[in-house]
Amino acid sequence: MAENKKTCLYDKHVALGAMISPFGGFDMPIQYSNIKDEHLAVRQKVGIFDVSHMGEVEITGPEAEKFVQHIFTNDVAGAEPGKIFYGMMLYPTGGCVDDLLVYCEGDGKFFLVINAANIDKDVAWIEEQAKDFDVKVDHQSDYYGQIAVQGPEAEQKVVDVLGLDVKDLVFYTFKKIDVDGETIIASRTGYTGEDGFEIYGSHKYIQQAWDKLIDTGVTPCGLGCRDTLRFEVGLPLYGDELSADISPIMAGLGMFAKLDKEEFIGKDVLVEQKANGVSKKLVGIALRDDDKAIPRHGYEVVNADDEVIGEVTTGYRTIMTDKSVCFALVDAAYMKLGTELAVRIHRKVHPGTVVKKRFYDKSYKK
Amino acid sequence: MAKVIEGLFYAESHEYVKVEGDFGYVGITDYAQEQLGSVVYVDAPEVDDEVTQGEEFGAVESVKAASDLMSPVSGTVVEVNEELADSPEKINEDAYANWIIKVQLSDKSELDNLMDAAAYTELCGE
Repeated sequence: MAENKKTCLYDKHVALGAMISPFGGFDMPIQYSNIKDEHLAVRQKVGIFDVSHMGEVEITGPEAEKFVQHIFTNDVAGAEPGKIFYGMMLYPTGGCVDDLLVYCEGDGKFFLVINAANIDKDVAWIEEQAKDFDVKVDHQSDYYGQIAVQGPEAEQKVVDVLGLDVKDLVFYTFKKIDVDGETIIASRTGYTGEDGFEIYGSHKYIQQAWDKLIDTGVTPCGLGCRDTLRFEVGLPLYGDELSADISPIMAGLGMFAKLDKEEFIGKDVLVEQKANGVSKKLVGIALRDDDKAIPRHGYEVVNADDEVIGEVTTGYRTIMTDKSVCFALVDAAYMKLGTELAVRIHRKVHPGTVVKKRFYDKSYKK
Repeated sequence: MAKVIEGLFYAESHEYVKVEGDFGYVGITDYAQEQLGSVVYVDAPEVDDEVTQGEEFGAVESVKAASDLMSPVSGTVVEVNEELADSPEKINEDAYANWIIKVQLSDKSELDNLMDAAAYTELCGE
């Protein structure tokens, strides 16, 4: 096995005493204190995440927009510079290569932000598809560091501590800002269900920004609470709720695949799935109120006859509402809200009910 | 440094057994609770269940992960620490005071397969 990569903030995590684990080919901080305290810091005040492991790819050239439209499910046609879109890249089968953000920079430039674990696969996929287009694919993951500042006090910190003028940014928009002789990117985005920002810059800039925020009391937060936060508000993680075998329609994310677009890779399959239905669907399941067992990734979902009809994709005891809940990919016959199902946890079967895939409300600044 | 108590028997999988007569109190070690972090759920067997040395009998769970419990002894479960159902975090407070199951031992010679405090301390130090 090749050694894991380290982000530009790795030494700072070690100095802060973080528990480090491999994630997506990187040695990443899982927690500094504990997941619950870090989770609450983001919901109630402000936390900072090292997300430098994420990948960045810039697409430029005369056919850049046409190309992005071809590989991406959402519709970026004629988008204003500064707008950001969430969506997926699909295989012709309708399964996902990855889910990603597309930043529309204007002048035929697009900045793609992809998952760490998928960087090599995505870049190869993008370059392969790009052969038929007059575009340039520039892989920039090694240049950019990235932090996410998340929580109700995020704006105040980014403005006061980092001196970035981001007040006018609304949700899913970004701007480029010149600081200290470089151009950084600041966007009002995140993966926590709270208001917040993601900031991309050189390693040097990101290291300095991290130190400044930590020095003013922003809570360092690891990938552990990043997962509990995103789960609680119903956001998918590639590898759990989306994969080469799970299409956006199956995952209930059809709204991010614009089927009225002229074309994109995988569109035909999605059109067919939308018309005829899918065999499996992602649902939420809540165990009984007094049941504290925790359904986890890979556990079996069974029906009243003890037949396996699905599998848990992510599950937790939620931190904000203290309930045992999960996402699960189940046979479509069992997708209706209120359906009685059960999850096999260790040796026992734990009854539950199909519920909405959102266990806590988001508070974005629209 | 994790606490290790003299007089208990320890398994490589980080469970301990405290023997009193024909009975053994089984729990996870201080080292195990430190590694696991905040315990949020204990999945314990029921009274009268049989457990076997080296085999899984339940799980302790933190927010992030479930960790299987391997029984350090064989026998019959005669009592389950019900307090852990409502307050699993007690394991973090004192792993040795908060045992998980009490087992009627079926074969005390099995204790020879376990480590004493000195050997277990060495294992944790590696």
